[in-house]
Amino acid sequence: MATLDSTMTAAATRQSPRRASLWRDMLRHPSALAGLAILVMLGLACSFGPLLSGQDPTTQNLSEALLPSSAKHPLGTDGLGRDELVRLLYGGRYSMLLGLAAAAIGIGIGLPIGAISGYYGGRLDLVVQAVNDVLLSFPGILLALSLVAGLGVGLQNVTIAVAISSIPAFVRLARASALSIRELEYARAAVAIGQTKPRIVLLHVIPNSLAPVIVQASLQVGTAILVAAGLGFLGLGVQPPTPEWGSMLGDSRNYIFRAPVLSTYPGLAIFVVVIGFNLLGDGLRDVLDPRLRR
Amino acid sequence: MARFLARRLLVAIPTLFGVATIVFFIVRLIPGDPARVMAGEAAGDDVVDRIRANFGFDQPLPVQYARFIANLLRGDLGRSIRTGDSAVNEIVQRLPHTIELAVLATVLGALIGITFGIVAATNRGRPIDVLVSALSVSGMSLPTYWLGLMLVIVFAVNLRWLPAAGAEDPRGVILPTVTLAALSTALIARMSRSAMLEVLGQEYVRTARAKGVSGARVLLGHCLPNALLPIVTVIALQFGALLGGAVLTETIFSWPGMGRLLVDSIFARDYPVVQGCVLLFSVGFILVNLLADFLYAVVDPRIRY
Repeated sequence: MATLDSTMTAAATRQSPRRASLWRDMLRHPSALAGLAILVMLGLACSFGPLLSGQDPTTQNLSEALLPSSAKHPLGTDGLGRDELVRLLYGGRYSMLLGLAAAAIGIGIGLPIGAISGYYGGRLDLVVQAVNDVLLSFPGILLALSLVAGLGVGLQNVTIAVAISSIPAFVRLARASALSIRELEYARAAVAIGQTKPRIVLLHVIPNSLAPVIVQASLQVGTAILVAAGLGFLGLGVQPPTPEWGSMLGDSRNYIFRAPVLSTYPGLAIFVVVIGFNLLGDGLRDVLDPRLRR
Repeated sequence: MARFLARRLLVAIPTLFGVATIVFFIVRLIPGDPARVMAGEAAGDDVVDRIRANFGFDQPLPVQYARFIANLLRGDLGRSIRTGDSAVNEIVQRLPHTIELAVLATVLGALIGITFGIVAATNRGRPIDVLVSALSVSGMSLPTYWLGLMLVIVFAVNLRWLPAAGAEDPRGVILPTVTLAALSTALIARMSRSAMLEVLGQEYVRTARAKGVSGARVLLGHCLPNALLPIVTVIALQFGALLGGAVLTETIFSWPGMGRLLVDSIFARDYPVVQGCVLLFSVGFILVNLLADFLYAVVDPRIRY
């Protein structure tokens, strides 16, 4: 209970003292730490690895196709003679940036809509909820897949599709927070001293619903990466020769008999990155929301 | 109970309309001339005109929408551009395969997931609990399509125990089922564990133990029924989600279900079939969620909306 009290007073006395303890709590939490470590390492590898290698991820060299691993090509080469490790490192940039961008757009649109809908209530809330329910009734990858079927494939359209399909989760979450914040003392006090509704939403509702949103954001980046790579795997995502993990995995199916090992790497990369975001999200949940601590 | 069910069905109607509206707009998102895109580059103007007239692209948007909804209510999704057969027929032929896979995967996921959850909860904090938790986080992060490929490589390519693709061989259902069940198993295990932990701390469990009821009976007779509500929810929701997950799994295993039909149709720009598949997947998902609400009320008689 002590943690709960301190969180609440910290929230009341603005952010700065809380931030330091938040970092400390996170570094002490095993799964947050593990997730963070995985993501930092992968992030560094994908940012700087390609620079060190000096190889181009798209230049084909058919005389070196499907080579096993060697000193020159640590993970071997793919069906068109391109270095698998270099392509994986470049691919990580696409997969991770795509996941982060999609989640960021999802928050940018979903959080304000959810907060306004929950705080204002009434007819507006009914309409927003109805639309959100519709978006939530497309299971899994289906909404993104449908959007891509209409918009067409490619990096930009896939990012849009995955971003749109991550909006409803944030709307629902922000709305739920806004509903409870609306009844809290400080929100009522703000009404009493005559603050306008938009101001209250901006200064009180949104900042105070950030904790669950941040947790969801971490989990959502993982989901976004899985969905985007799934589209790539189907051939409906980022298109070759761009080295994206999903499309690399889809491509590896052509060599499943001759070089089955090519199917291992991109999938393992996706798996590890998503585990990183899921562990981080689980850890953040415990740290940011002590009431849910198990 | 009937009134409760009727009310829930009534509430679902606007959502169904919304889904139909989105499906209507999928085709209208296509950049450029959608009729030309569907017909393909090589097609003559007569084909393009026929498609345009079929979809009503030459009419104002509200008229198109009214026609679309009217046709939908009569169960008419238009004709497949590829085969000329009615889109509904094409989809209905594939439906049983998808349902078969989803049901098998749900049963498998529920059996393993609940067992793992109970074992983890009764051994809280011990290595086996940690192992189950680690497995379930892994299961949730695992790209289904990758798991499928790995299973194919191990069991079909290397060991040659099971067929890699298709539904002709009855053993062909094994690998897709396992692939599809992985995520549900992870989620069901996680939910079962926390639901069981909650119940295990209750007074009546201690009372049952105190009066000498055997361990297994306490677990299965006293704890499980009371922990069932959240477990049933997650199982039902997962069954719905499996319908969507089927898209990737069916593609890997060339399984002749709706998911693969959807992907094939997207590639062939066969939009009437695409619309039909998306619509049916979503309607299925909504109905399964309704069923979950209904099961709530059955499992816990206190719940009435």
